[in-house]
Amino acid sequence: MPEENGNGENGGVEAREEGSVATSADRLVDLYREMVTVRRFEEACQRGFRQGKIGGYLHVYIGQEAVAVGFLDSFKEGDKVITAYRDHPHALLLGSDPKNVMAELYGRGSGIVKGKGGSMHLFDVERGMMGGYGIVGGHIPIGVGIAYALKYHETDNICQLYLGDGAMSQGAFHEAANLAGLWGKDGQCPCLFIVENNQYGMGTSVERTTAMTDLAAKFDAYGIEHEKVDGMDIDAVLEAAERLTEQVRETGKPYAVEALTYRTAPHGAGDFFEKYRTKEEIEEWRQRDPIGILEKKLLESEAADEEKLDEIKGEAKEQIDEAVKFADESEQPPIEELYTDVYAGEDEYMGEE
Amino acid sequence: MAETKTYREALREAMVHEMERDENVILMGEDIGVYGGTHLITDGLIDDWGPKRVMDTPISENGFTGAAVGMAMMGMRPIVEMMTWNFSFLAADQIIQHAAKLRYFSGGQVQVPLVIRGPNGGGVQLSAQHTHSLENFYGHFPGLKVVAPVTPNDVKGMMITAVRDPNPVIFLEAGALYGTKGEVEEGDNAVPFGKARVAREGDDVTLIAYGRQVNLCLRVADTLEEEDGVSVEVIDLRSIRPFDEDAIVESVEKTHRAVAVQEQWRWFGVASEVAAIIQDRAFDYLDAPVERVSGAEVPAPYARNLEIAAFPSEKQVANAARRVLYMEEK
Ligand SMILES: Cc1ncc(C[n+]2csc(CCOP(=O)(O)OP(=O)(O)O)c2C)c(N)n1
Ligand SMILES: [Mg+2]
Repeated sequence: MPEENGNGENGGVEAREEGSVATSADRLVDLYREMVTVRRFEEACQRGFRQGKIGGYLHVYIGQEAVAVGFLDSFKEGDKVITAYRDHPHALLLGSDPKNVMAELYGRGSGIVKGKGGSMHLFDVERGMMGGYGIVGGHIPIGVGIAYALKYHETDNICQLYLGDGAMSQGAFHEAANLAGLWGKDGQCPCLFIVENNQYGMGTSVERTTAMTDLAAKFDAYGIEHEKVDGMDIDAVLEAAERLTEQVRETGKPYAVEALTYRTAPHGAGDFFEKYRTKEEIEEWRQRDPIGILEKKLLESEAADEEKLDEIKGEAKEQIDEAVKFADESEQPPIEELYTDVYAGEDEYMGEE
Repeated sequence: MAETKTYREALREAMVHEMERDENVILMGEDIGVYGGTHLITDGLIDDWGPKRVMDTPISENGFTGAAVGMAMMGMRPIVEMMTWNFSFLAADQIIQHAAKLRYFSGGQVQVPLVIRGPNGGGVQLSAQHTHSLENFYGHFPGLKVVAPVTPNDVKGMMITAVRDPNPVIFLEAGALYGTKGEVEEGDNAVPFGKARVAREGDDVTLIAYGRQVNLCLRVADTLEEEDGVSVEVIDLRSIRPFDEDAIVESVEKTHRAVAVQEQWRWFGVASEVAAIIQDRAFDYLDAPVERVSGAEVPAPYARNLEIAAFPSEKQVANAARRVLYMEEK
């Protein structure tokens, strides 16, 4: 493991005993399926991008799967999720149909936001997905407001707010964290900050963007308790997710987790040269690939055999192949869609059609 | 029934009216609660409504505006006070990149019923950083609604409409006029957006303005009538986005001459838009080119005489009207 954070081996996370969380075999197999499906989806996106089927920016989650899979496993009906542009897994894990998500990336009318947002703006409000956002840090105040509204409406739901290491240098982050801490004093801000620390913001490493590389500790300034978790180990993430989502739910106070993880794919699909990191570094992290770790665990504990794992991979491939086919065969959005959804209410469009 | 009230009182009355009607309506902003509001718009409201409905925020325009966007997406109806609109540049990312576009890039899945209000424009010697007229700036962005009421009755009625609107509304108050009085209708006097108001009827020339320049135009109208025997129509746009093109066109079809007046800078301003609309839709009715009267192309100065010179004067507007009437300037 590279010492990315200046926090020592494993980024300051205590090494965990294998299998230290009593997670049932069935559940682990289900989570394995989720991780593999997300991975297959992202790989299909990369292919689609290379083929010119997907335009714009494309950011994939390859290497980070355990984080979203683990935390969203503790999602309860009525909870809300908000994240930045690396948002495909969040939508998929909340139950959005991969077909509609892929269709969005393909710019189709059957896309999850009708072909109007693309990869960076997946929404599935009915399922709690309050969006992917393209301005680094911009969604953080919004997520805090969502958490506040959940309490204002007297629910016991929480907001899972995902953010990157890079986003923590934005003023928006610091302003929002201050608000969350403040409103949390009265139990009015059930917001779980989940920092997806993948060590880089585009091509700039954490230690090249902030003097204080202990990102979790930054929340101290706002009276928000925090911890780190090994974001490559699904067991560790699950344990933290269960405990912390319940804690936030009960107290109405925000909490922050820094999940140490790594994006083994390039930042964006168009980045061909990765001058900012070495092949060796990527390879080292790949040794701790979350899917690899879980595979090993499943085999060693005999929760699943090779055959079972292959079967799961096959099913995931089939599901994603279908999604790609659906996207490819879907129609482009009708041109009238250009003018809708500008305003809510009657006077939707103010220009000349 | 109508009563004489100040602009400030009318504005507060509208917000209270809507808070009574809907629990989702909350007020938030810097120093609006315990301190009473920098311009005393919300003075005393925290005593009646408590800190959950009247929320003091830290000095973080981007942060609390963004939080209000999140609340609005969840069905709350926050009314956010910008202590003055000058500080909204810090929140521009949330207003323009988020509030305005969310409905579109979510494919219509969310709406953002948010009102952002505060004093706009100059006239009280606040100098460069505290003096801006932002109608054209915010009016540029699809997804926002932008209004600039000038009478106490309109400020009440348009605030009521703003709170009920399912979209983000930029509510630009005539900051220099909080103490001015006017007749205000009792109860629910909701004033629709996108409808200009004929502030004075006339036949010979149309003056088109919004915000406190409307009052200036009304004074000019008196002068022109008394000194020059000219009958002046004054149109108060009230609403910048949506924009009431028809009202301008109808008036110009009658008067054949128009002067657009704005406190803001000339380049890329609302007055240019007015001129363009007239040439698009009433070109054949025009007897003279449309004139624009705007603020001086300088950051707002402090000294009283300089500040006065930086904004349109009665004389400038009257002479512009005389020019389109092919009369001698005075
Ligand atoms: C305000 C803003 N500045 C810059 C960018 C360009 N940009 C896109 S992603 C990114 C890196 C963000 O890093 P991080 O928050 O760590 O998220 P990650 O991509 O690692 O998931 C940058 C600089 C942007 N989208 N928005
Ligand atoms: Mg990062």
